[in-house]
Parts: sequence; structure tokens; C-alpha cells
Amino acid sequence: MGIAVQIVEIAASSIPPDIENPSVERVNIKVGKLSAVVPQSLKFCFEIATKDTPLEGASLSIEEIPVTTRCRPCGHQQTLTSPEFKCASCHSGDLDILSGRELDIDSIELAE
Amino acid sequence: MKEVKVVRRVLDANETMAEANRKRFSENNVFVLNIMSSPGAGKTTLLEKTLEAIMPDIRTAVIVGDICTTNDADRLAKSGADIVQVNTDEFGGDCHLAAHVIENAASGFDLANLDLLIVENVGNLVCPAEFDIGENARAVVLSITEGEDKPLKYPLMFRVCDVALLNKVDLLPHLEFDIAQAAANIRQINPDMPVFETSSSTGEGLTPWLDWLKQKVADKKS
Repeated sequence: MGIAVQIVEIAASSIPPDIENPSVERVNIKVGKLSAVVPQSLKFCFEIATKDTPLEGASLSIEEIPVTTRCRPCGHQQTLTSPEFKCASCHSGDLDILSGRELDIDSIELAE
Repeated sequence: MKEVKVVRRVLDANETMAEANRKRFSENNVFVLNIMSSPGAGKTTLLEKTLEAIMPDIRTAVIVGDICTTNDADRLAKSGADIVQVNTDEFGGDCHLAAHVIENAASGFDLANLDLLIVENVGNLVCPAEFDIGENARAVVLSITEGEDKPLKYPLMFRVCDVALLNKVDLLPHLEFDIAQAAANIRQINPDMPVFETSSSTGEGLTPWLDWLKQKVADKKS
């Protein structure tokens, strides 16, 4: 719920000030598969958090970002399909996470 | 439809505050440990035993997060450590401690005369993993009554932590718990993480954990 409130705050503050009676139709966010967010629950909380704000009625579009890693010893890059942090090439567990922890607001879409 | 680019991290505000906390604690050479687990894994008993062993040599303060009640703070206060209880109920019943809550809770501590600040987070293996509070290290406590597969179900928690404790090992004779499998599951998520097998109630296995903690506090001083 705290995350939904933050999204509403950031999105509301991103509405260009020169638009009269702005109506936000959609908020586009990116959520990494490794983040502690369940898209369905976030959408539910978002709907509640937008009540009585300039975002009321806006939809939340969630792009899920896969978990990708780079192996430090051998440089092999891979996409993880299960939570097993092990290089498919050299079997090292020493991996840098390249993506999958995102929790970013990408853009908002306003009605013309 | 007009698209306006935003490109901001949702937890921007929390991360900025967490960095400010970390800077303030570091200026005073205070090592900050964030302890997380599911409810009932034994964080508070572990802390009772830990405080008993390290106080007063290591001057310690504790911030305890709970949705309601001051039970944990009452138990820990017996150690003589400074204890601040945060009830997140007042902040909307949050399931985690955020950086601004820590800033507020720590404002009464005399940081110059402190070596260690332990934050006992709200019992939850999900949200606390996402919220940086300005700590130097994170510990996760998994009790053996919870099942070996928890690390695989909550990978972010076990990935972001620096040390894991498999707690309540005194119950091993009574349970069908494969402790080697649990440790292997943790290492699948975080291969280099130290895993300590402990029992807070009997004191078994606490020495390696206390040594780890004392070393971290000493490193912060040097």
C-alpha cells in the first residue's frame, strides 16, 4: 500500500503544470520479477490510493522485467527463470544482478 | 493521448532518507544491523541473548518494529540497552520499517556513545527486503519450524541479506526438517552468505553469530 501511495504521489507531481484540468488515463510502471511486489495486489492498492487525487480512474500498466545476471568470474549473461543464482556456464554463484529489482515509474499518459 | 516521461524510482524518497541515515550513523562509527524474519522466528529471543552477551562491552541500542504492542521492548529493556519501540499502527499499520521511521526513532539516541544499533524489523519476509533503512548489514532469521523451502519462496529477502540464522535447532529431534537442504536453499539464492545454526532458547550455536557481530562492530570502529 505504501508503494501504491508513493506511485500516486510521484505521478501526480509529474503532471505538467500548464495543463488545465489534467486527466491521467494511465500510469506506466516497470516492476522487476525480484521485487517484493505482486502486480495484482499493487493494482488493487493503486485504485484505492488514487481516490480523490488527480489520478482517480487512471489505470496502472505494469511491465514485468525479468531477472538477468552477469557472472563475475566468466562474464556469462543469463536470464533466470527460477530463483537459482548460479551461472549456467561456469556454475559460479558470484553473480551481479543486471535487472529484476526495478520499481520504477516510466511515464504517465494524459487525455488530450 | 499525451505521454509524459517520468522515469523515477518509486522508492526514491525512502532511498534518499536511508542514505542520510547511513551517513549520520557512519559519522558516529555506529554499526547498524537490520534483523528480519517472519513473525515468530525468534528475533526477540535472539536479541535478548545477544544483548546479554555483548552488553555493556558493546554499547547497543535497539529499535523494535511491531504493528502493535510494546511486548518486545519490555522484554529487551531488561538488558539495559536503550530501546525504542515503533508501532507502525501509528503510521498506517505498515508491514515494514521505512527510513523516515528510523530517522525519527533514532533521534533520541546519543550516537556518539553508541557502538551498535540493531533494528528488529516487523515480522515479514516480503516488504522489509525492499526498504533500505540506512543499515550497514542485514540479517535474516529463519526458524526450522517454517520449512526448508522458504528461501526459494522469498528470494529477494535471502538475496539482500548478509548473514542468515537457522534458528530453533533445539527442536530438530522433534521435526522432519532437513537442515542441510535449508542451508543449500539459502546458498542457491546467496552463495557466499554465512549461515549460522542457532537456538536462542538454549544458547546453542550462538558463539559464531556473536563473533560475526563483534567483528562487524570492530571493523566499523577501525
